[in-house]
Parts: sequence; structure tokens; C-alpha cells
Amino acid sequence: MKWFWYASPQTFFPLAGTIARIAAVLAAVLALAGLYVGFFVAPTDAQQGEAYRIIYIHVPAAWMSMFLYVVMAAWAALGLAFNTRLSFMLARALAPTGALFTFIALWTGSLWGRPTWGTYWVWDARLTSELVLLFLYFGFMALQASIDERRRADRAGAVLAIVGVVNIPIIYYSVKWWNTLHQGASVSFSKAPSMAATMFTGMILVALAFWMYSIAVAMMRVRCEIAENP
Amino acid sequence: MKEFFAMGGYAFYVWGAYGVTFALLAVEVFLILKRKRETKT
Repeated sequence: MKWFWYASPQTFFPLAGTIARIAAVLAAVLALAGLYVGFFVAPTDAQQGEAYRIIYIHVPAAWMSMFLYVVMAAWAALGLAFNTRLSFMLARALAPTGALFTFIALWTGSLWGRPTWGTYWVWDARLTSELVLLFLYFGFMALQASIDERRRADRAGAVLAIVGVVNIPIIYYSVKWWNTLHQGASVSFSKAPSMAATMFTGMILVALAFWMYSIAVAMMRVRCEIAENP
Repeated sequence: MKEFFAMGGYAFYVWGAYGVTFALLAVEVFLILKRKRETKT
């Protein structure tokens, strides 16, 4: 692979279109498969009844919200290091999708909290740090929008994005470090998932669908960025 | 079928979560396609 060949926005433009089309098809297929498993194959939860089915979007959306932030900050850092325009464009393209998944994680969590905890919102460590993540995305987009000179906007945004990465491990470990209402991780690197195999399969399929969706949308948006700033 | 949509009494929470999620994803795609059309002209 000639990586630096594709570092030029003009050569990346057609490749981004191809990636977007493939990812969009995969996202649709994976989402249908995941929702089928989640709603028709996986059993009803013994404690929460049908309310638990929110998990199939809540957990994948929460994963995406954190993952997309790290990817966005990584592109911003690459942009700072190598001064490549495409890196900054990718960081810009990812921010709105990251903010969207953060909002979805908060929204679905809220609708899940009401029947299980008895409240839509509580200021505990997990929920609050996820809300901070939403404001970091907004801050990144607002800062870039408020600076007219493109290069300065990209650099300022990159610094904010990189500093904000501190919040990611805080979100991830919040349920361990503090005594929170939010439950611990259902799936972790150190032990087998603490849920039925079919529930886990449905969740992973939707997570992959969200992943493909994010790639498709980011590639479509980066094409707009390139077309607008040739 | 009716039972499926009732979600064991949790219809508001489950469909509220799924409905808003899909609506927002659709809006995002719509906005990008709109932006794409506007840049080309």
C-alpha cells in the first residue's frame, strides 16, 4: 500500500466513495442481523423483562462514542505531527457522528434507567463523564467553526481533542473507581461476557453495524470536506 | 404481533430508544446528502 499516495485529499476522494458504499451495505446487513437476533432469538431477561432490549443500541452506541473520540483525536494528532490536511479533514468528519452516538448512548440510557432504576437521570460518575464527552465533541466543533483561518482552526481543535482524551479512561473505569448506580461492564477483556450467548451475539452485530455506519458516514462527510476545500 | 409491540409493558422505553436512534441516524445521512448536493452545484 502506498499510504502517502492516499494522504493527498484528491487521490483519497474516489477511494473514500468506494469505502463509503461498501460500509453502508455492510452496516444495513449487520444491523438487520443484529436486530433479528436481539428481538427474535435472544430470550427475555429474567430480572428486567423486555426493557433490557435497549441494550442492543445502548452499549454499542456507548462504545462508539468513546472509540470515535479516540480515532478523532488520533487523526488530529497525526495532523499536528505531519501537517497533513487530510488528517484534519478526517477529524472534522468524525466529530458530528461521535457526538450523535454520545447523545444516543445518553438518550437510550435514560430510557433504560427509568424502568430499572426509577429515574431518567442521576449525577453519577458514569453518566456525568459521558455527558462531559458530549460537551467535548460540541467544544471541538464549536471551536473549529469559530476560527476563520482554516489552519489555526484545525490546530486549536486538535489540541482540544488531544487533551480531552483524558476523559475516555475516566468514562471506562468510572464504574470501578466510584460507587455508581450504573452497573459494571457486561463485557470486558478479562472475563467471559456475563450474559446469554445470543444476547451477546446480537449486541456485537449491532456494534459492528454502528462501526460500518460510522465509516460510511465519515467517508461521505470527508468527501464533502474535500469538495468544499479543493 | 400485538404482544411484540407491547414489549411486556415497556413499549414506551424500548420503542422510544429505538425510534429516536433511527430517526437521528436518518437525519444525519439526510444532512450529509444535502450538503453533498449543495457543493456540487
